[in-house]
Amino acid sequence: MHPALSIIVFTTSSGLGYGLAFFLGFGLLDPAALATKAAHVIALGLISVGLLSSTLHLGNPQRAWRALSQWRSSWLSREGVLAIATFVPLCLSAWATLFESRHSWPAGLVGSLGCAVTVYCTAMIYASLRTVEAWHTPLTPAAFLAFAGAGGAMLATFFAALGGGDAGPLAALALVLLVLAWGTKLVWRRRLRALSSASTPETATGLGALGRVRLLERPHVTENYLTREMGFRIARKHARKLAAIAFGLGGAVPIVLLASAALFAAEGGIGWPVFAFLALWAYAAGLLVERWLFFAEARHSVMNYYGG
Amino acid sequence: MSPQPRLALSDPVGDETRKTTCYMCACRCGIDVHLKDGRIRYIEGNRDHPVNRGVLCAKGSAGIMQHYAPARLDGPLLRSGPRGSGRFRRISWEEALGLATEWMGSVRRTDPKKLAFFTGRDQSQALTSFWAQQFGTPNYAAHGGFCSVNMAAAGIMTIGGAFWEFGAPDWEHSKLFVLFGVAEDHDSNPLKLGISKLKSRGARFVSVNPVRTGYSAVADNWIGIRPGTDGLLILALVHELLRTRKVDVDYLVRYTNAPWLVIDAPGTAEHGLFARDREGRALIWETVTEQAVHHDLKGARPALSGRYELADGRFARPSFQLLAEKYLDAAYAPDAVAAETGVAAETIRGLAGEIARVAFEEEIFVDQPWTDMHGERHDGFVGRPVSFHAMRGISAHSNGFQTARALHLLQVLIGAIDCPGGFRYEPPYPKPVEAHPRPHGRAEHFGSEQPLAGPHLGFPRGPEDLLIDENGQPTRIDKAFSWDAPISAHGLMHMVIANAHAGDPYPIDTLFLYMANMAWNSSMNTAGVIKMLEDKDAETGEYRIPRIIVADAYASEMTAYADLVLPDTTYLERHDCISMLDRPISEPDAVQDAIRWPVVEPDRDVRGFQSVLLDLGARLKLPGFVDARGTPLYRDYADYIVRHERRPGIGPLAGFRGTQGDRAGRGAINPAQLERYIENGSFFAHPVPAEALYFKHANRAYQDFAVKMGFFDQPQPVIFQLYQENLQKFRLSAQGLREPVAPETHRARILASFDPLPGWYRPLEEAAIDRERYPLHAITQRPAAMYHSWGSMNAWLRQIHTANPLYVPGAVCDAAGLADGDWAWVISPHGRIKVEVARMEAVNGATVWTWNAIGKRKGAWGLDENAPEAKKGFLLNHLIHELLPPKGDGLRWSNSDPVTGQAAWYDLRVRIEKAEPGAHSEPQFRAVERFGEAPDELRYGQEWNS
Amino acid sequence: MTALPSQPSATKLGLVIDLDICVGCHACVVSCKEWNTGGYGAALSDQDPYGEHVSGAWLNRIHTFEIVPEGGELVGEAGDARIVHFPKSCLHCEEAPCVTVCPTGASYKRAEDGIVLVAEDKCIGCGLCAWACPYGAREMDLAAGVMKKCTLCVDRIYNETFDEEDRVPACVRTCPANARHFGDLGDPGSQVSKMVAARGGIDLMPEQGTRPVNKYLPPRPRTTLAAHAPVGPAAGEDTGGATGFLAWIDTMLEKI
Repeated sequence: MHPALSIIVFTTSSGLGYGLAFFLGFGLLDPAALATKAAHVIALGLISVGLLSSTLHLGNPQRAWRALSQWRSSWLSREGVLAIATFVPLCLSAWATLFESRHSWPAGLVGSLGCAVTVYCTAMIYASLRTVEAWHTPLTPAAFLAFAGAGGAMLATFFAALGGGDAGPLAALALVLLVLAWGTKLVWRRRLRALSSASTPETATGLGALGRVRLLERPHVTENYLTREMGFRIARKHARKLAAIAFGLGGAVPIVLLASAALFAAEGGIGWPVFAFLALWAYAAGLLVERWLFFAEARHSVMNYYGG
Repeated sequence: MSPQPRLALSDPVGDETRKTTCYMCACRCGIDVHLKDGRIRYIEGNRDHPVNRGVLCAKGSAGIMQHYAPARLDGPLLRSGPRGSGRFRRISWEEALGLATEWMGSVRRTDPKKLAFFTGRDQSQALTSFWAQQFGTPNYAAHGGFCSVNMAAAGIMTIGGAFWEFGAPDWEHSKLFVLFGVAEDHDSNPLKLGISKLKSRGARFVSVNPVRTGYSAVADNWIGIRPGTDGLLILALVHELLRTRKVDVDYLVRYTNAPWLVIDAPGTAEHGLFARDREGRALIWETVTEQAVHHDLKGARPALSGRYELADGRFARPSFQLLAEKYLDAAYAPDAVAAETGVAAETIRGLAGEIARVAFEEEIFVDQPWTDMHGERHDGFVGRPVSFHAMRGISAHSNGFQTARALHLLQVLIGAIDCPGGFRYEPPYPKPVEAHPRPHGRAEHFGSEQPLAGPHLGFPRGPEDLLIDENGQPTRIDKAFSWDAPISAHGLMHMVIANAHAGDPYPIDTLFLYMANMAWNSSMNTAGVIKMLEDKDAETGEYRIPRIIVADAYASEMTAYADLVLPDTTYLERHDCISMLDRPISEPDAVQDAIRWPVVEPDRDVRGFQSVLLDLGARLKLPGFVDARGTPLYRDYADYIVRHERRPGIGPLAGFRGTQGDRAGRGAINPAQLERYIENGSFFAHPVPAEALYFKHANRAYQDFAVKMGFFDQPQPVIFQLYQENLQKFRLSAQGLREPVAPETHRARILASFDPLPGWYRPLEEAAIDRERYPLHAITQRPAAMYHSWGSMNAWLRQIHTANPLYVPGAVCDAAGLADGDWAWVISPHGRIKVEVARMEAVNGATVWTWNAIGKRKGAWGLDENAPEAKKGFLLNHLIHELLPPKGDGLRWSNSDPVTGQAAWYDLRVRIEKAEPGAHSEPQFRAVERFGEAPDELRYGQEWNS
Repeated sequence: MTALPSQPSATKLGLVIDLDICVGCHACVVSCKEWNTGGYGAALSDQDPYGEHVSGAWLNRIHTFEIVPEGGELVGEAGDARIVHFPKSCLHCEEAPCVTVCPTGASYKRAEDGIVLVAEDKCIGCGLCAWACPYGAREMDLAAGVMKKCTLCVDRIYNETFDEEDRVPACVRTCPANARHFGDLGDPGSQVSKMVAARGGIDLMPEQGTRPVNKYLPPRPRTTLAAHAPVGPAAGEDTGGATGFLAWIDTMLEKI
């Protein structure tokens, strides 16, 4: 599948935003701290940037409102509905923190629930597609949720530290979630490697009884919408390299940095925020690579017709 | 849940429907052009049309994009840059026609042979040949010489007809159909309709083709033969049929020259010719009276074997005896030919067996009494339901004439010519070779300001009809009808530029081309031809070919080499006539012709070429184009189509003649004729009477019908010439036994190729080169969605064939280390090209191939310089020389069939070597200036989406 | 609208494509483009039409496959590889995944005849339906930003301004090999259903669970020629050369 920048930015950014908002909803940060207020704004910002980015790939974004109508059957519609619905408690929660320096439990908890479900819906857009076998597994939403959680926990750690609070427990949570997320991803990738495609050129043409089927000639010589959108291919050795980078940057580096913070940084000092900040950026970079691979490594069944 | 949208389900297609004839290829289907708001909304097949019965191919369906292509020329052009630059300045028609008249007028006054007028895929040869004849140059032909003259000449000289416009398989009755060398054809839609019909009926379809693409893909049996060996395969089938006694003896005796007596007098000028009586009638041996009588004697019982003494004391044998002896020789046994053809002996035997079984065990009887030319009444038509079709795959070899002859021999032996289920003639065929003219173009045939003494093209009956001077040198610029290519019935267009450049046999002044892309895909040795067109005389600084006039509708590679461009219209803006005088659209059951008419008016300063030619004819005051006072006879082509008469009552169109428009074939001029055609869907069909439907070559009712229709003025039955005496005359000349004797230089070549019985010899290039060094054949296949070079300016068709890879057999790939997408050098004795390769298994193991004419020159056809057609597309033409490799006799022979001069495109031999990856194919040429304004995006029809 | 009709339609209009006689001529491809660029919805645009990266929206495309038997059916004479031309357009699936994923309701399956359509004024051009379709039946029109697909020529098949016999999709109307057939696959008595039954019509990628309405008729089984060697003359006859043959001819001539 074509790793479109707008979609990668969307899932990464909104994932981080929802992750942060999720933890903010539990009132773990001091609502009076400037950093916490900033965290609310940043969470909403990340979510908004993500959602706006997702509209960039639309052919007719002016009609995007129509996407709210089909929540009964479409995961994309559900995601849209929930994303907008979740804005309400998130904004209320942010209002309470920003202007009243208090944590609103009802708004916070409802918001957290909305965040989790929205990320789940996003993941299900992909996981529901039988045409892309790599995605068509419960491991996909599991990984999306874990990545959002890990990112959110890291962001929360950072803002907690910045606000002078006790970042330790949040960092521990982040560490756990990081291990969980990359562990899930590892299993997800193992599954991908082991996949033997149910759909083949033989099933795609129904001509398997005659022998091995191979595309001789494309219908049209140059690329078309389908081959551009779904014909993206990446060499296995590049994929392996990039996966190593993703696991290293997004997994190993943040783990080491957070562990280092816990071991070496003084509570309330400058060390915590710096370590958390660096960990966060490494994670975001690793996650972008992971998301790029999520698309690049996925093979669409239509490529059985295009020799891919 | 919202309700389903309401849809407009019954919008009419457009405001108006106009019916005309397609010209996206040479198939000539009927089309319904739907217009909406003055634009073309939709083009579909005309359901009532006898050619396509409503269907339409990809090319025809893309007519909109052809019509609105940016590469359309928009006005007369005079060259302003050097040749090949594509730089021109727009001039008026008055200036353009004035210039053309001035150039050609001076040629006509001084030396008319210095005008060479050649036309490409033109469908108005009845007019163009008439014009050239009235002009008086001997140098005229259409493109048949590089297309399929082998097929036409061999067919006419053997059975008085051939495939495509001469005849078609009987799709309704055939039970076995064998197709040789056709991926896609001129006769594109009828073939598809026919194959579909056959297969749906459970008939067997066998395809003989080195490449399993196009029609071969759906064949029940594919015989992936080695190119150039089809003749051997066919003769092995003949061997098997003779060996197993599966021949139609009655048919042979009745309709062929099998009993005709061949003089057996070696060393004399008459050896191998038919014994004839004083009236010139061939003799047969009558077995009851035991004497030689003329072949037409009613009730005679001829011998097919033996050796008989004639009245003059000489001996003669029935030609069939020679035939049987020849093909029963072990050299033609399946086992003997398997290695050469690449076809397993059991497959050959199997095909022979299937042919025999279907011909004789599945005989058809059509209950329709008829009378033959002897007045004998038959209860019905006996059908041998085996049919064949063949085209370029067998004819574009230097042994193609003999191969095509062999195929006709095979059909005749089983009695499958013009019978139910077999090959059937399309009127005005059959037509014996005697009914065709002899060629004209010798010195005594032309002169200053006078018409040529007769038609340019025809069939020499022997060496005495050659167009040569007293020294045996050619008198035509293309050396047609010379010792080089004695029976070049369609001329040798592919030799014109090379000969004119070399001044051999003489230089010319003006080259006038219509619709022929000679600076690109229609020439062998394209790079060489480009140089010749650009080459200047060192002394005068003038181009070696001083003037080039090109008429075409689109900016092609060739128009870039014109000094003067006469812009033609698109096919939807013009009048045309698909005439009985030329190549009509008849079907076996009906006499048919057709027209085109301007269904939309040109929006540019362009004129239909035929009208321009009439205008030029009038300006040059050519007889037949002006009256005694010099006033033009015809307003335009439409006027000519209606009012021109070739013989009294016979004009370009056979339909709606007579003052009432109720006469077919012969009849007075009908001023409303074109309107009647348009009302009828732009075609005319007149049924062949039931009694005349089959055995047309010997059917009294048909022959009378043909005379009534005006094909002939008296019956012209055909006796199949299995043994071809005219060919033997050339052999006698080559043996020095018969006048005029052939030059020493040509004798061996003529002896090898002019066998009066169909034979096979190794293609000339293959025979001349080191086969180990060039182990592979390289050929092209015609794609179904692109007609030669006529599709790359078409935004839809070019997406299907934007570039062409070279398809290479898997085993060859493995040996050369090639994988899909790799680049390779393809090297012939003449040159090398660098191309992208693709692996393929369904291809003869010694053959590489590509799609025909996809590669384009940068800037041509209104395309961007970086268009894949130019960057990655390629032509095999660069590997093919117009001359054969030197063989040490000091002469360079044309790379053509030695009998007909047919360009031997498919004789090419190559080797392949892996190359460094490349961004573009090689060779590349300097870009020509791009013509026209090309949009970045097309949204055709968006205005109707509201 | 994004849900599939609650009851599967009784009428299931669709195509039956005969791979035994499709010669891959692209007639259906171009006729489809031609009809639909001026027909239902936005034009089928082409980008860079005369340039290097020419590309356009097409609703029907022909793929060419090569099949090499591996223990499969052995056919052919001088080689056993074969070519199958494979036209492909929307299969109007009964379980159309492209419909249910659509977030706006633009994609729908008609309750009355099962045709899957896009209401272009509702389409936001998100492309998810194209992702959901295993067959590559949907292509975004880059100029209009809406998803295009085969409409089964819904503006032809019910068109009362047409002659009855022309009320078929453009691809069917134009196919020179008669390899495309249109009809109601929901009616077991229809011509198309009978063809499917007789020839063992197949579903593409049945494992995707889409239950396509369109069916493909596989190439008919073929027999080799080698089994048909002709029966020679009776034993004892001279078959070595021309002598025996000419003697036979003479006896045949007697009979005429």
